[in-house]
Amino acid sequence: MGPGSPLRSARDDGVRWKWLRRSGQPLQLLLQPGGIMSAFLVKRLGFAIVTLWAVLSLVFVVVRIVPGDPAQVILGDQADAAAIAAMRTRLGLDASMSEQYFSFLAGAVRGDWGVSLVTGRPVIQEVLAVLPWTIELTIVSLAIGIVIGVPLGVWAAVNRNRMPDYVTRIASLLGLSFPPFVSAIILLIVFAIMLRWFPVISAGQGSASAWFQSMALPALNLGLIMAAYITRVARSAMLEVMQEDYVRSARAKGVPWWVVIWRHALRNALIPIITIVGLYLGILIGNSVLTEIVFNRPGLGKLIVGALNQRDYTMLQGMMVIYTLIVVLVNIATDITYALVDPRVKLS
Amino acid sequence: MSTSVHDAAPVAPPRLRWLKATIGAFNANKTSWAGLAIVLAVILAAVLAPIIAPHDPLEQNILSRLQPPYDDFYLGTDYFGRDILSRLLYGARISLVIGIASTVIAMVVGSLIGLLAGYYGGRFDIIVMQAMDILLAFPSLILGLILVAMLGPSMENITIAIALTSIPSFARIARAPTITVKERDYIGAGRALAFSDARIMAGHILPNIFPEILVMASLWLANAIRTEASLAFIGLGVKPPIATWGGMIREGFENILDSYWLVLAPSLAILVVVFALNVLGDGLRDAIDPKLKGER
Repeated sequence: MGPGSPLRSARDDGVRWKWLRRSGQPLQLLLQPGGIMSAFLVKRLGFAIVTLWAVLSLVFVVVRIVPGDPAQVILGDQADAAAIAAMRTRLGLDASMSEQYFSFLAGAVRGDWGVSLVTGRPVIQEVLAVLPWTIELTIVSLAIGIVIGVPLGVWAAVNRNRMPDYVTRIASLLGLSFPPFVSAIILLIVFAIMLRWFPVISAGQGSASAWFQSMALPALNLGLIMAAYITRVARSAMLEVMQEDYVRSARAKGVPWWVVIWRHALRNALIPIITIVGLYLGILIGNSVLTEIVFNRPGLGKLIVGALNQRDYTMLQGMMVIYTLIVVLVNIATDITYALVDPRVKLS
Repeated sequence: MSTSVHDAAPVAPPRLRWLKATIGAFNANKTSWAGLAIVLAVILAAVLAPIIAPHDPLEQNILSRLQPPYDDFYLGTDYFGRDILSRLLYGARISLVIGIASTVIAMVVGSLIGLLAGYYGGRFDIIVMQAMDILLAFPSLILGLILVAMLGPSMENITIAIALTSIPSFARIARAPTITVKERDYIGAGRALAFSDARIMAGHILPNIFPEILVMASLWLANAIRTEASLAFIGLGVKPPIATWGGMIREGFENILDSYWLVLAPSLAILVVVFALNVLGDGLRDAIDPKLKGER
């Protein structure tokens, strides 16, 4: 819709997407020092730091109120007193509580999250080694979810209270009822065991086809569940937007219905969709744990479950921190996107 | 809903009106009845498990292990020769008890937090809700996983961990309507009559926000059952040999290549219960959501 478009009228002020057509200039304006965006960012970052501090403190307390001496737990019942004392020193458990707390916080800030009690490698290295796998899976799943979910939601909204709407609503409700490991197992049974399209255990690397084989089923699993959530949000957002005056006006002046739907209504409906997608990323990250286990795919999920089974406490601490970090960053990114898409959003 | 101060003498709505409103909410979206029927049937099956289960869920029979479904064992047997149908029926008890207990705890604690924060507002509200946001920011499955791993996988600990992950959601749901309702005239009238804060909250705000909380509870019950199953699948469920749906899937997963019915039966059981609860809650939410009111 260019400036000379016949669709441009006073009513189009309702279209909140102008920033996209303006080559990013408003973004610079928003981000410049003193701009509302920078104040907003500072505030969000402040919240992020408080959140991280709170989680770190929580981790510190939880690890220490767990019954039993961690050194004893790590070494087992047969360990002699000298070995336990040595382990306590190694874990820094012989220092005073406040000393332990501050060295823990300082270490966390420096990226020194301790050493895995099982492998002996630094926790941060172990985490960074598998992080790309999880990020990759999350992004592909999210893309699948959006590509399926948004059109389906629009289709349902347009056909409100008719057959496509009922079918979509039931399907999406069914989709979000699936525990992610159940849907993963069903995909595994159908596509890997019955049809033999994919290997049962897949962690291929190198070639594009190996990548596809290791990615397809896990991403499909997470993507379909995500699509179920997005479909519902897209549907309700579209229903709301379609009642707005500017949609009615556009229809009244004879704009084809598909232009009204895609150009006028969906653009505005995208705002709630983006917000909700950001919120559901947390669910997606949680679901990826189960998906990685079922498909035996490397990633944060497998790492955390391995750490749980082997009682690798330092690894668990590090995992808590990295998950919090991811969630906080996603929240900030969502807030910024939200504010950018809708300039009317008060950023304070 | 605004009334003049004159007739605002706060009268609790008669019980009959509640019942009528509830039936009306169910009728607004008829699928709610179907969801309710399935949930009640599962509860009944779980309660009657000792009577209707064809076998002892713990009885091992090495001679008939990994049998596909056949005459005496309607859903087949597992690796230890235990009857899957009986384990399914007993597993429903664990799922429902943990699910309902954790949802009730979360509902009571979370609503109370949200009610107090919304009612008193100010710094108290900011601090409490900030703490809730931090808790909410964390993926609930991972929070539950770490809590259960730290506390140990007993029935009580799993219940507490799941409850803790859903408290922030209830706090938010209770807080939002509290803020709106407390500005209404009849609350002001109550204050003018020197009612205590507790009386206003319990007698005049809670009844107004209760339907929304209850609908949320049915949706969170679905979530709690799913989380319990997920934890059990990871290996953080109630200890074996006690039958849990997630645990059955975990055990069956090891034999998935040749006996996939082991995972299919408990998978479908979880799916049916969670789906029924979601249908129930979703239908009711449509009915009470003021945004959609009058549109049907």
